Amino acid sequence: MGIKFSLLTVVALVLAVFLGVKAAGLQYFFGVIFPYAAIFIFLVGFIYRILKWARSPVPFRIPTTAGQQKSLPWIKQNKIDNPSTTAGVVARMALEVLLFRSLFRNTKVELREGPKIAYQWEKWLWLAGLAFHWSFFIILVRHLRFFTEPVPFFVHMTDRLDGFLQVGLPGIYITDLLFLAAVTYLFIRRVVIPQVRYISLPADYFPLFLLMALGLTGVLMRYFTKVDVVKVKELALGLVTFQPKVPEGIGVLFYIHFFLICTLFAYFPFSKLMHLGGVFLSPTRNLPNDSRMKRHINPWNYPVKVHTYAEYEDHFRDKMIEAGLPVEKE
Amino acid sequence: MKIYNAKPILIGLAIFIGLATFPLWFNMGKAAPPPDPKLDTPVIQRMAVKQCIMPKDQMRTEHMQLLNDWRTEVVRNNNRIYTASDGKQYNMSLQNECMNCHSNKSQFCDQCHIYAGLQADATPYCWTCHIAPKENK
Ligand code: HEC
Ligand code: HEC
Ligand code: HEC
Ligand code: HEM
Repeated sequence: MGIKFSLLTVVALVLAVFLGVKAAGLQYFFGVIFPYAAIFIFLVGFIYRILKWARSPVPFRIPTTAGQQKSLPWIKQNKIDNPSTTAGVVARMALEVLLFRSLFRNTKVELREGPKIAYQWEKWLWLAGLAFHWSFFIILVRHLRFFTEPVPFFVHMTDRLDGFLQVGLPGIYITDLLFLAAVTYLFIRRVVIPQVRYISLPADYFPLFLLMALGLTGVLMRYFTKVDVVKVKELALGLVTFQPKVPEGIGVLFYIHFFLICTLFAYFPFSKLMHLGGVFLSPTRNLPNDSRMKRHINPWNYPVKVHTYAEYEDHFRDKMIEAGLPVEKE
Repeated sequence: MKIYNAKPILIGLAIFIGLATFPLWFNMGKAAPPPDPKLDTPVIQRMAVKQCIMPKDQMRTEHMQLLNDWRTEVVRNNNRIYTASDGKQYNMSLQNECMNCHSNKSQFCDQCHIYAGLQADATPYCWTCHIAPKENK
């Protein structure tokens, strides 16, 4: 159900651009108006979501850890998996964000004959996830060549590293293959594993289909039905310098590709893709385990009306002396 | 409404916005003019009908694929003659055919390539082996 709905939505998006450009001549809408709107929604939505999250207090440390905490001096602390300092937290976050360390610990539970329960090594999700995210990021960096003039050195560097196989013309990029393979794996995994399929919603399939279509149109346009890259850059540069113009004669495939990425950007703040910002706000990852060194005060504590012993004694001193009870002040 | 841990979150958000808008401030609102590949080489000026191997639009987008096919034909199949769709015959050679007409590499090929983000002197990497035409720069 979720699959069909998501697939049809992506197909409808592609058809909409195709007809819009081919039949209705809406190049200006798909090349200028929608991209600006999408970027605006992306930036404002992103900021809004982060600030909304930032309004939730996280008063106490949540040490879900995978290592020995700081304790007695002769017990060795695991400084990265159970950090007690900011530096340790930075290291843990870096490993989490760049290498998906938590996902690396992923295991699979199986009920074997007996019945016996067994936990199994399961790294494929981690591997495909990492391959997908890094290829996406590298492709994004390489695409900066369309949006900058002069093209900065790190874009050239990524481009040459990624294309170093020098197979065919235009040369194959390693990340193109990785990206498509990884997205396909991530999709197949959702469909084939019953438990994962059971919890998958349209919100899970839709971004996958969108990314698949994005990768496919990109690859088609680079290696098969070519578009005029010089004109694409004219359009892209026009957008980022606020002098938008739509050059004649860019293939419709480009508009499809561009519309899909703009849809992705506009959809981003409303979707699970916000984990891009959310990962940095994971309380179980970004808090040092220092509850035993520092006092953390609950921010919504209100002043509690207390009645100290001294006040109590002041109140009842006479009666206490009368009853022969010991008092601190005579 | 109060924002908790405002300092790290706002710094992080500012870095993100800075990176996400990189193309906006990197170009500083100046759009570089699109390239204008020059056709004024001696060989092309002597041509009666100024045309390339394929129609111009097709050349613009597919010249690398053509070169790839030429290379395969020559190096693998020992076939050096290419018959264009209009029946004209060409010698399938990067140096002796393309660059014979387009002998102004820095005013022609490089113009587009640098604009399109291929790195000058590095991509396309053909000129590490093939000899670029001599130009008076
Ligand atoms: C109209 C502009 C234009 C002109 C003129 C031009 N090129 Fe290109 N060329 C391009 C673009 C754009 C690309 C990159 C396409 C891409 O990134 O998919 C390219 C790519 C190439 C590639 C493949 C590079 C790679 O690594 O993918 C080769 C080889 C090439 N051009 C050769 C030439 C030669 C030789 C000439 C001069 C005779 C020339 N081109 C003139 C626009 C041009
Ligand atoms: C017989 C001479 C000749 C040969 C050989 C030739 N070209 Fe051309 N080329 C031209 C002319 C003339 C034009 C301009 C065509 C026009 O304006 O319609 C042109 C246009 C082009 C363009 C489009 C430039 C633009 O302004 O958009 C490219 C790219 C190109 N040639 C690349 C090549 C490549 C690569 C080869 C070798 C495979 C090659 N040419 C071989 C004469 C030649
Ligand atoms: C490692 C060195 C090397 C590189 C790099 C190289 N070539 Fe070649 N190329 C050769 C050799 C050697 C031949 C064979 C020459 C012959 O037999 O005439 C050849 C032949 C060709 C031919 C057919 C014959 C001719 O005279 O041009 C074409 C076309 C060609 N290469 C295109 C390219 C293009 C386009 C690139 C860049 C993407 C490139 N080559 C990069 C070495 C290289
Ligand atoms: C982050 C989002 C995007 C992804 C994942 C993506 C993906 C891809 C892929 C996989 C390719 C194949 C070739 C390559 O890797 O360079 C490609 C090519 C291309 N993309 Fe994108 N793309 C994205 C955004 C954009 C945007 C915003 C533009 C608008 C300028 C664009 C324009 C192009 C063009 C013109 C090509 C063809 C390049 C060529 O022929 O060399 N893409 N894209």
